[in-house]
Amino acid sequence: MTFDLECRNLTKRFGGTTAVDDVSFEVPSGSFFSILGPSGCGKTTIMRMIAGFLEPSSGDILIRGKSVLDVPPNKRPVNMVFQHLALFPMMNIAENIGYGLRRQGMGKAQIAVKVDEALERIGLPGIGNRKVDELSGGQKQRVAIARCMVLEPDVLLLDEPLGALDLKLRERMKVELKTLQAAFDTTFVYITHDQSEALVMSDTIAVMNEGRFEQMGSGRDLYYRPASAFVAGFVGDSNRWAGRIERAEGNVMQVQTDSGLSMRAAAHGRPLAVGDRAQVFVRPEAIRISRAGADLAHFDNHMAGKVTNLLFNGAASRIVVAAGAEEIEVNLPQSGEFADLSEGDSVQIGWAGDQGNCFAEGPAA
Amino acid sequence: MKNGARIGLALLLMPMLLWLSLLIVIPHIDMFLVSLRERVGVGEYQISFANYLTFFQEPLYLWTFLRTAVMSILATIITLLIAFPVSYFIAKIARGRTRSALFLLCLVPFWVSELVRTFGWMILLRETGILSNLLQWAGLVSGPVEMLYNDAAIMVGLVYTSMLFMVVPLVTTLESLPDEVIEAGYDLGGTNTSVMREIVIPHAAPGIVSGSIVVFMLSLGNYLTPTMLGGKDSLWFTELIYSQFIVRFNWELGAAFGFMLLLLSSLIVWGMLRLTGQTLERTMG
Amino acid sequence: MKTQLLMATTALAVTFGAGAQADTLRLLTWGGYAPEDVVAKFEEQTGHTVEVTKSNNEEMIAKLRATGGGGFDLAQPSQDRIAGPQAEFGIYKPMDLSKINADLFIPSMLDATKANTTVDGEVYGVPHVWGTSGLVVNTAEAGSVKDYTDLCSEDVAGKVSYRLKRPTLIGFAFAMGEDPFAAYGDPAKYEEIMGKVEEALIACKPNVKTYWGGGDELMGLVRSGEVVASMAWDTGGWKLNEDNPDVTFVAPASGALGWVDTFALPAKGKADDVAYEWINFVMQPEIAAMITAAAGNFTASQGADEFASDALKARYQASFPPEAIDNIKWYPPVPAGLEVIEGGVLDRVKAAN
Repeated sequence: MTFDLECRNLTKRFGGTTAVDDVSFEVPSGSFFSILGPSGCGKTTIMRMIAGFLEPSSGDILIRGKSVLDVPPNKRPVNMVFQHLALFPMMNIAENIGYGLRRQGMGKAQIAVKVDEALERIGLPGIGNRKVDELSGGQKQRVAIARCMVLEPDVLLLDEPLGALDLKLRERMKVELKTLQAAFDTTFVYITHDQSEALVMSDTIAVMNEGRFEQMGSGRDLYYRPASAFVAGFVGDSNRWAGRIERAEGNVMQVQTDSGLSMRAAAHGRPLAVGDRAQVFVRPEAIRISRAGADLAHFDNHMAGKVTNLLFNGAASRIVVAAGAEEIEVNLPQSGEFADLSEGDSVQIGWAGDQGNCFAEGPAA
Repeated sequence: MKNGARIGLALLLMPMLLWLSLLIVIPHIDMFLVSLRERVGVGEYQISFANYLTFFQEPLYLWTFLRTAVMSILATIITLLIAFPVSYFIAKIARGRTRSALFLLCLVPFWVSELVRTFGWMILLRETGILSNLLQWAGLVSGPVEMLYNDAAIMVGLVYTSMLFMVVPLVTTLESLPDEVIEAGYDLGGTNTSVMREIVIPHAAPGIVSGSIVVFMLSLGNYLTPTMLGGKDSLWFTELIYSQFIVRFNWELGAAFGFMLLLLSSLIVWGMLRLTGQTLERTMG
Repeated sequence: MKTQLLMATTALAVTFGAGAQADTLRLLTWGGYAPEDVVAKFEEQTGHTVEVTKSNNEEMIAKLRATGGGGFDLAQPSQDRIAGPQAEFGIYKPMDLSKINADLFIPSMLDATKANTTVDGEVYGVPHVWGTSGLVVNTAEAGSVKDYTDLCSEDVAGKVSYRLKRPTLIGFAFAMGEDPFAAYGDPAKYEEIMGKVEEALIACKPNVKTYWGGGDELMGLVRSGEVVASMAWDTGGWKLNEDNPDVTFVAPASGALGWVDTFALPAKGKADDVAYEWINFVMQPEIAAMITAAAGNFTASQGADEFASDALKARYQASFPPEAIDNIKWYPPVPAGLEVIEGGVLDRVKAAN
């Protein structure tokens, strides 16, 4: 397997703070790799080190197997799509796209051909003479990518490029970016704080927190098998309780939450013992709802509660159920059988014990 | 309601209009009328263009104006060449405290009057001054050197006086250039020179032009610096105007000179704008 | 003593005549002519306030011209610069000589000034401070400089200075054997003389370190030794003499140029009575001596010499042996329009290389 990008024990310290702490990863050729993390987690620092704007305190960066530490940014075979795109406002679209080629010393005629090709490819033929501020947000986005892609970089870095777009456009661009990546067949390294961007587009996602990678894997892995409390909390929505382990039966833990709720949850091989403080994460869609307790008898967790809040959001509608001292978010099934539910109604809820993820108590995200 | 808003607007504009009319338009009209008077005898005047003719017929006056204009353009260019790296450093490289300290350093000379600043330069440059003594002490020259009373001294004074007025617009425009854009320039293969030439300078063009206009006009209209540092050879156009008004009591010719200065300097600025492809709206907006 | 008593009564009379009310006197004068101690004494005695604006001949005339003779209550232009601007711009009002105590003035000086400042039969000025301009020379280094034209000699090259103003033109004309004052009434003749002076000054230009603009600038140049000979006022030379005995004022061989600064009433002055009061106050011998001490020049006050310091008297006598006093060329009134001829000359000298 060949790797377009490899980072080995990458560390970056600013004064006394460590922004990136001993991070290693490999990105296979032609894949879409995302680094997902809250702002300030160090993901931008990694990106800037790869692009060459920052020098690592220690560790190595390899592109196609060769270390690029001594290569200045303008010579590295990586290009970057910036957060605010950074199109050159003093040039028109064709000049923007042709900029890198001009710097390579390519002839004018050839540049014109390449620029036209690139415009064709991003589906915006004939806009070469327009000014930057005449384009829409999505068009700018595509131009920014084309500007890098004409240089045929080994790796394309994207620094939250969708952040500035409105929601509708962002949804469309997610799909479009994935398509473009396939069309250019180039390795994309994408950083974002938006989990849905990462989940939709990436082959591999690394979740980053406080300078370290918490977990690296496919979107599915991260969602269903989070390796840490941070990942469980950061990726997707969860009901979250803190408590103490009462009983352990192999992987199944009996947890008493601080407010007195008792439930079962799975440890998935994590070393937990009776008496430990623990955190339990349960996704709202894992919880079933019923009007009669008998329907839920087969779940090892079930309880009765009252609806305190209806959160209508189309297919993603939820209710908040008060059970004892806790408030639990539950997804409504899309069948519509609970469409007539109203606040104050009594309901039964339940979920399977292995749907609950149990972690030793640590820093919460 | 609509009437009220209109009165409010009128009131808001009033200071501006008063300022414009009382301090700019009316004095200029008066000046223009004075410049059209020709003295024919004691206390007797008639309307004519004689004063303007004097300006064009006396090579001395035209030559003085040309000299003043060329020196001012040169001062503008030198100021720009020095101020640009300084501004770039302040706007793009320095951070936090260093940055405000540097900006303050540019501002400090303006806390004292122009007269004191000019005296400072005289103390430095004169024959018995600090620089001359320093050079002798270092053994670089054998006797005292006079660095005052020449065009170079005038130039030093003008550049020094103008620096801030170039740095401020440059820092403002350079600050408005996102770091991202500069980084993108490097990322896509640009070298220091090409990023400067293709990205930074085109972006800073409005600031360069507005700074240059201000510095040019300030230099052209400067009186103290050329007179004091230039000594016997200063020959500055404003000096001619001053002496017509104050020493010769010849307000008529002085007014004509003033108008020629206004007209010719506007022409030069207009030419500069045309040459650089900038417009006044873009520069000032 | 008698004079003093007389003076006091006059002052009193004037005060009561003015309705004994406190007014403000806006005085347009030269530096040193209204020292703080004199102003304080006057304010204390009369209850009036004095606002002093320091200026020079040209600016005084320009300021008064700009306002048509307003903004000030008393001005002090030189006696030769009253008649011309008055005829041209009408910026002064006639003096009421009855309100001035003539006994306080040196009679010859009062009469000469009255004659020189008369326009259409009205008197516009009375004398205050007088002095001369000539040469300030560092005798140790430039002993050869005896006259204005000596400033252009080889042995002081690069170490001389003068003002690019009309006294220089006049001084050079006299030193070159001409009589510019005699040609005041004959513009053609005057222009011819000025033409010669222009040539001389252009030829002399490489010799000049710089043209000085203000007294302080000249002092600095001479004190530092950068300039060893210059055209200057007598007081400047005497002040420098205090610091360096080698430097002193030298009356040029062709004659020092004598000037008299006057009191004149601006046309739109609002406090004439206070102005007369001020005149009569400062012409008292001991007050005049205070002004002499501050300005360095003697006044037209009768008997004030007695109160002048011995050091100043000694310097005066060293610079002015009796024959030099007789040789002083007193400025006659400048006819209107003469400045235009001089202006052209000065411009061309300045522009020459």
